[in-house]
Amino acid sequence: MKEITLTIDGRELKAQEGMTILEAAQEAGITIPTLCYHKAVSPSGSCRLCTVELVGSGKTRLVTACTYPAEQGIVVKTNSATVKKTRKMLLELLLARCPNVPILQQLARDYGVEKPRLKKIKDEDCILCGLCTQVCQERMGVSAINFVGRGVNRTVDFPFERMWDVCVACGACTYVCPTGHIQNEAHKVAQLKRQLGIQRKCRYMLMGAVSNKLCPHNYECWRCEYDQRTEYRLGEHPALALKLAQRQGR
Amino acid sequence: MAQLQSPAELEELRKHILAKRDPHKMCIAICAGTGCLALRCDKVIAALKHEIKKQALEAKVDLRETGCPGFCEKGPLAVIYPQEICYFQIKPEDVNEIISKTVIENKIVDHLLYTDPVTGKKAVHESEIPFYKSQTRLLIGNNSKINPTNIEDYLALGGYSALSKALFTMAPEEIIDEVKNSGLRGRGGGGFPTGRKWEECRNAPGEIKYVIVNADEGDPGAFMDRALLEGNPHSVIEGLIIGAYAIGSHVGYIYVREEYPLAVENVSIALNQAEEYGFLGTDILGSGFDFYIKVHRGAGAFVSGESSALMTALEGRVGEPRPKYIHTVISGIWDKPSTLNNVETWANVPLIINNGAEWYASIGTESSKGTKIFSLVGKVNNTGLVEVPMGTSLRDIIYTIGGGIPEGKKFKAVQTGGPSGGCIPESLIDSPVDFDELSALGSMMGSGGMIVMDEDTCMVDTARYFLDFLADESCGKCTPCREGIDQMLTILTHITEGEGQDGDIELLEEIAEVTKNASLCALGQTAANPVLSTIRYFRDEYEAHITEKRCPAGVCKALISYYIQPDKCKACLICLKNCPSGAIAGGKKQIHIIDQGRCIKCGICFDVCPQRFSAVKKISGRPVPPPTPIEARTIEERKPRRKQ
Amino acid sequence: MVSHIDPAAIDTIIDRYQGEEGILIQVLLDVQHEYNWLSQEALKQISNRLGIAFSEVYRVASFYKAMSLTPRGNHLIRVCLGTACHVRGAPRILDNVERALNIKAGETTRDMKFSLERVNCLGCCALGPVMVIDGEAHGNLVPAKVEEILNEYD
Repeated sequence: MKEITLTIDGRELKAQEGMTILEAAQEAGITIPTLCYHKAVSPSGSCRLCTVELVGSGKTRLVTACTYPAEQGIVVKTNSATVKKTRKMLLELLLARCPNVPILQQLARDYGVEKPRLKKIKDEDCILCGLCTQVCQERMGVSAINFVGRGVNRTVDFPFERMWDVCVACGACTYVCPTGHIQNEAHKVAQLKRQLGIQRKCRYMLMGAVSNKLCPHNYECWRCEYDQRTEYRLGEHPALALKLAQRQGR
Repeated sequence: MAQLQSPAELEELRKHILAKRDPHKMCIAICAGTGCLALRCDKVIAALKHEIKKQALEAKVDLRETGCPGFCEKGPLAVIYPQEICYFQIKPEDVNEIISKTVIENKIVDHLLYTDPVTGKKAVHESEIPFYKSQTRLLIGNNSKINPTNIEDYLALGGYSALSKALFTMAPEEIIDEVKNSGLRGRGGGGFPTGRKWEECRNAPGEIKYVIVNADEGDPGAFMDRALLEGNPHSVIEGLIIGAYAIGSHVGYIYVREEYPLAVENVSIALNQAEEYGFLGTDILGSGFDFYIKVHRGAGAFVSGESSALMTALEGRVGEPRPKYIHTVISGIWDKPSTLNNVETWANVPLIINNGAEWYASIGTESSKGTKIFSLVGKVNNTGLVEVPMGTSLRDIIYTIGGGIPEGKKFKAVQTGGPSGGCIPESLIDSPVDFDELSALGSMMGSGGMIVMDEDTCMVDTARYFLDFLADESCGKCTPCREGIDQMLTILTHITEGEGQDGDIELLEEIAEVTKNASLCALGQTAANPVLSTIRYFRDEYEAHITEKRCPAGVCKALISYYIQPDKCKACLICLKNCPSGAIAGGKKQIHIIDQGRCIKCGICFDVCPQRFSAVKKISGRPVPPPTPIEARTIEERKPRRKQ
Repeated sequence: MVSHIDPAAIDTIIDRYQGEEGILIQVLLDVQHEYNWLSQEALKQISNRLGIAFSEVYRVASFYKAMSLTPRGNHLIRVCLGTACHVRGAPRILDNVERALNIKAGETTRDMKFSLERVNCLGCCALGPVMVIDGEAHGNLVPAKVEEILNEYD
């Protein structure tokens, strides 16, 4: 991989070709706020919070750090006045949609958003970042949940709001959700609890991590030694780590 | 029909086709495009067919069903060749006269001719009709001469000679240079230099490349692509094949919106015929070049007309835009280099190849070359498709060609560029249509929709309309577009409902800035244009709505009241009978009074009150006068005035 | 009358595309056009045949206006709300249609007779305001004419 040089916030940095500005910044210890980004899935550029300023010859433009490629010689400002103003309005917009979500409230405070000025205040707790759908599709390969509809009425759901047959109750969606909205595996777990005998498969068996294991704890995984051990061993959510391990043939 | 194997065979065929056709034989070329079909031209066509058969006139006259020539206001319309007589607003009852007078006796049917609304003078030929004569109809002018389901009509006019020239006498790089030097810029809205786009795609790494015709035409009010695709599909196909050869692509797509079924049908027929004759498929005209085209239908999403979204839809996935930091000419459909251009852009290509870049560049302005087809609609006398050289003034288009504003109303603004564009006021009406000039005015060329507005159009309502459209069409992926448009729409709705507050305009501008700079795709980035341009030029209207709760144009329902003027009402009972909510009281010789509490502001009374009385008026920004006391409501019998 | 979607017919539609890539939207449009809606079973079958996740098929069907996940009425009314028609008073036409049928745009009447939709530009701007019923255009509309036209349809 070719090495390139770029400037972020006045510092000249080295990065690998193929990285994004966000990855290059993170490697150098520069923090850029994100909501819809997770290293386990491909970047979607939908929340726009990681917007940074690209300084060009005479003109500047705003781009999202998570999707813009780190190119040789580019000059980036991650915290200019324009960037801060943009992020502030983005947070105002998100807060108007989800006023009771802790992470948004915190970010809003960080950017000086005080009273709500916008006229339409809703009470959602999903910011439509899409991380849950991406993790389910890209990492689990299951696509149990997906976006539905378009525009402001867009949601994330099971098809027809009730078809959770292909869900494997891995809980990865809950793990990556930034707002705590997703609690999907509860449906599947409830369904699993109603199974009898050899149908009571362990979640790890459903995920494909182990070939034959039945659940001895009535799906109360926090009591399960297997679950604790796996999480301890891998250092992150088992679903994400396992799938990655399987892909790397470990 | 054996496939043509060489340019020589093509020319042979062309000569043969022309020899078979008698240039002196009469031909009735009647428009069968979607607009005229809506005006029931099918009945006229059926009547013509019937009459011609009945009187055994097949040897004397041909009937050709064509695409749209553009003068939609006056449809159903036809051109009689070879005399080039133009007939308008033809009804089935007129058919007998057309046959007996024009076909048989070679005389003109006067009442079907174009009549000048001011002088009353009649005009026979296109060159005498103001709507047509001030246009430069390089692209759309051929529509009357072509039956789109018959490739030989296109060949008779010289069709596919540009393809032949390109394949056999020009190298791909030469073709790209020619298109670059012509100055052709994208006609879909972006205005990107076409030659440069082709060059970037050609130079992109990879063997497999795609070319695409964007026929999604989502801008409401724009229908020029429909007319080209329905009326002259081969002009677009020929351009696409030439482009594919220049870029090195062997598979092309034509993405047509599903709301255009006739265009889908005519393009499919044209593709089959093109393949039959050897202009598509393997070894085109014996050149060794292979190229195939597939038709793909849209499914009702404006956002899918955005180039990266369209490419995603072609992959069978949801048509949502992707970040375009890596250009689609490098990584497009299935991550392969892809060139997407608008219908009209492709249709210009054969003209450029046949006549040369220098010729093309001599038309238009410094930065915008060639002609542009505009759909001139709204509050204008001559609605239809207008093709003019770039640089023509808006005034010329609206007044000279468009015939000005109907009913003597005052011009207020012209909206260009669809939902991504803006409104241009009267003070700037001498501005030329040019990519950069229109952008500088806060609008844009867009795909060519040109909506004329008069004194009865509310500019705040117009801005709200566009945001409502965009809110419905936003894919919802990114925050600034999805939430920003929703919030701007909320503010505008409040303003039009009389709940505007001080500071609303400034808040709109703040949200607009972030939507413009931080949205993922052009839909979000340009969403604020209608709001910003109307604030720029019509701020006083916004302030009237907010501060005085008044709608100057009398449009915003919550801010207007309908009132029957007692001195003008003649108690004719018409409004009373038509009121759907029974809100009008009155009777014979009893003047009519609207009960404001029951009035639902449907506007029917305003429409149906006879013009000679014009008793119903709209009041805004002040209270409605109290109703006339019952005793005073009787209309006195007036003695007839004696003549002096 | 809600039409039952014949699985064999769906197979025929898919087979027409001869294994071409990227045809999901085209197949959904064909089924929609044929049966006036897309049932859960139809989506399942398409998902299985094309090897595309069911939630993805559902997502596409929920995204596009031309596709309907509930059965549509016998007559489809499309009121054009394009800019040219808007400027000529289309909102009042829509109001009147909604009032006459007692439904809002996007809905179907109880008796399944009419489905009402807003459309953004049909390309007949010279006759604005326009409404298209079952493909037949009615132009130069005024609010007073609306009920009369609707009564022509049984």
